[in-house]
Amino acid sequence: MAQIPQKVIHKYLRHEKKFPHVWCPGCSNGIVLGTVIRAIEDLKYERDNIAMVSGIGCSSRMPVYVDFNTLHSLHGRAIAYATGIKMYKPHMKVMVITGDGDSTAIGGNHFIHAARRNIDITVIVINNYIYGMTGGQFSPTTPTGDKATTSPYGNIDSTFDICKLAIGAGATFVARTTAYHAIEAKKYIEKAFEHKGFSVVDIISACPVIYGRLNKKGTPAQMMIDMRDNSLPIAQYEKLSEEEKKFKYPRGIFVQENKPEYTEKYAELVKMFQKPEEQGK
Amino acid sequence: MAKNKIKETSSKKQEMVLMQGNEAIALGALAAGVDFFAGYPITPSTEIAEILSEELPKKGGKFIQMEDEIASISAIIGASLAGAKAMTATSGPGFSLMQEGIGFAKMAEVPCVVVNVMRGGPSTGLPTSPSQSDIMQARWGNHGDTPAIVLYPNSVLESYELTIRAFNLAEKYRTCVVLLSDEVLGHMREAVVLPDLEKVKIINRIKPTIPPEWYKHYKNNPKYISPLASYGEGYRFHVTGLAHDERGFPTNRADEIETLMERLKNKILHHIDDLVQIESYMMEDATRAIFAAGISSRAAKEAVNILRKAGRRVGMLRPLTIWPFPDDAVRKYLFDMKTIIVAELNQGQLSRELKRVMGGVWNYSKQKKRKIVELQKNNGEIITPEEIVNLFREVR
Repeated sequence: MAQIPQKVIHKYLRHEKKFPHVWCPGCSNGIVLGTVIRAIEDLKYERDNIAMVSGIGCSSRMPVYVDFNTLHSLHGRAIAYATGIKMYKPHMKVMVITGDGDSTAIGGNHFIHAARRNIDITVIVINNYIYGMTGGQFSPTTPTGDKATTSPYGNIDSTFDICKLAIGAGATFVARTTAYHAIEAKKYIEKAFEHKGFSVVDIISACPVIYGRLNKKGTPAQMMIDMRDNSLPIAQYEKLSEEEKKFKYPRGIFVQENKPEYTEKYAELVKMFQKPEEQGK
Repeated sequence: MAKNKIKETSSKKQEMVLMQGNEAIALGALAAGVDFFAGYPITPSTEIAEILSEELPKKGGKFIQMEDEIASISAIIGASLAGAKAMTATSGPGFSLMQEGIGFAKMAEVPCVVVNVMRGGPSTGLPTSPSQSDIMQARWGNHGDTPAIVLYPNSVLESYELTIRAFNLAEKYRTCVVLLSDEVLGHMREAVVLPDLEKVKIINRIKPTIPPEWYKHYKNNPKYISPLASYGEGYRFHVTGLAHDERGFPTNRADEIETLMERLKNKILHHIDDLVQIESYMMEDATRAIFAAGISSRAAKEAVNILRKAGRRVGMLRPLTIWPFPDDAVRKYLFDMKTIIVAELNQGQLSRELKRVMGGVWNYSKQKKRKIVELQKNNGEIITPEEIVNLFREVR
């Protein structure tokens, strides 16, 4: 009898959820979802022990499809909700799936302060340079000069480098990769999950239907090829001249360091008040 | 910082202590079993955060100072979903910032308590002066239309008791309960004897007992409230602020949305008898009455005493539950009054509700007009008993 091939991804998708998903053809969100699931499978995490929190946006629709403890919160607030969960149940693996607008515009304050605290939350930013769900307005990462529905003459804003922002705010694991480099992305996500502290993985992604169309980036496949050609490992990127750097961006692990983690520091504080016989618990 | 050493909680007879309203709220929360507090400093509520930052670590509870009020309400919702009895405390400006989160807690049915120690507004207003101008904000502040549970004490002891009640109602009805206070109530000190902790009734949320695969955390039932699991306990459920079906998944189906919205409404409105608390003072033979809540009701009560000594048949009615508004109780006690003075520190938020319930000034059962007189103050000062007495003498 023919066996229906059971893929890893099916183990983690919700059976009772009504598919199809909301994402457009050519969108990178599905690649990231698959990558996250494969990382969790390889790390052998208990599903009961994982909380996936998101805000609002295309990427933030991800939690509804996966069979974890999932929370689809308010626009920009995912990290603050996640902080509540992690603080109350420090043994849980708490991850945030967010977009460029969700995490660095409306949620910028929560992003930098969670990084400052170094609370053990993994933030996966699906960075597609656009507000997709609302129809294509420019975001803090839309390259200057690019078009969006609210920048019909080209965006005059400067852009955020999410990795630099995270490093500046004190995140202790910061990496960037692209949706094209799915294997590398899985490796970084695994490292981020295993890292004790605030970790950020900035995944450059394609939104061919809006960002790509408005800026004549070609087919979804062409946008993937651009990711391959325009991103360089950090070491190679550093060797480029200033002029060449304008058209490329680095990918790799920028920061990976050990610093006291917030919930552990709080546990130390609580220990002060416990009687000696309780401390073993 | 309020320094009144917290008495060890034991079954021994409680002693009389001098205590501030904000302190009573913090102690009430601890008595109710709060184990998560997230907050952001704001006058005049800060003492609540200060006391809990000192006390929670001792009990193994969690205290976190967030980056703003939006983060605070978000963190308590997250913690509550993980199983915490969670709370935040703020004042007007912070309360405005929390509204989107309060709406989320109501929509996603996450138990939590938000304390709003009211100060003068709008905007930064009067940070160190009292006001009662958030009575409507507490009801209608968040976008969307769903009822609210809002309590408002008028003494230090009652601040303690209603904080416990706020937690109990939040857990029982799976919603965000707002506890109002005001700057004077929060900062004034009174001698109180706290109730024996063993006699305090504590309600905890109902947890599911069925297998996870059968679990539907928004399933309708005769009480309109479903059990709530916690994250990390085997029930891998989805929570969203979107309109959702009974498993919590987003939906656009009119029938599913209607079921949800009706349930959110009915779970409050069908339990009004359980929710409403009022105090009637000398209303048995009264022909005229004062309607007031919170700090203004203290002046109202004193005014009643003064007027009674002068032989006037005056009483007072006070809602402890502001929302849902005690329509029936107000009608029962006040409908036949010749004169009703509504005393409040705003531009007529309670009197607006009172007029709605009364249906205007015409008393159709007696075929007579009644007087509804508004005594409003919006200048950072409290209403005094003398002002109410003088007004009574003026309007009769």
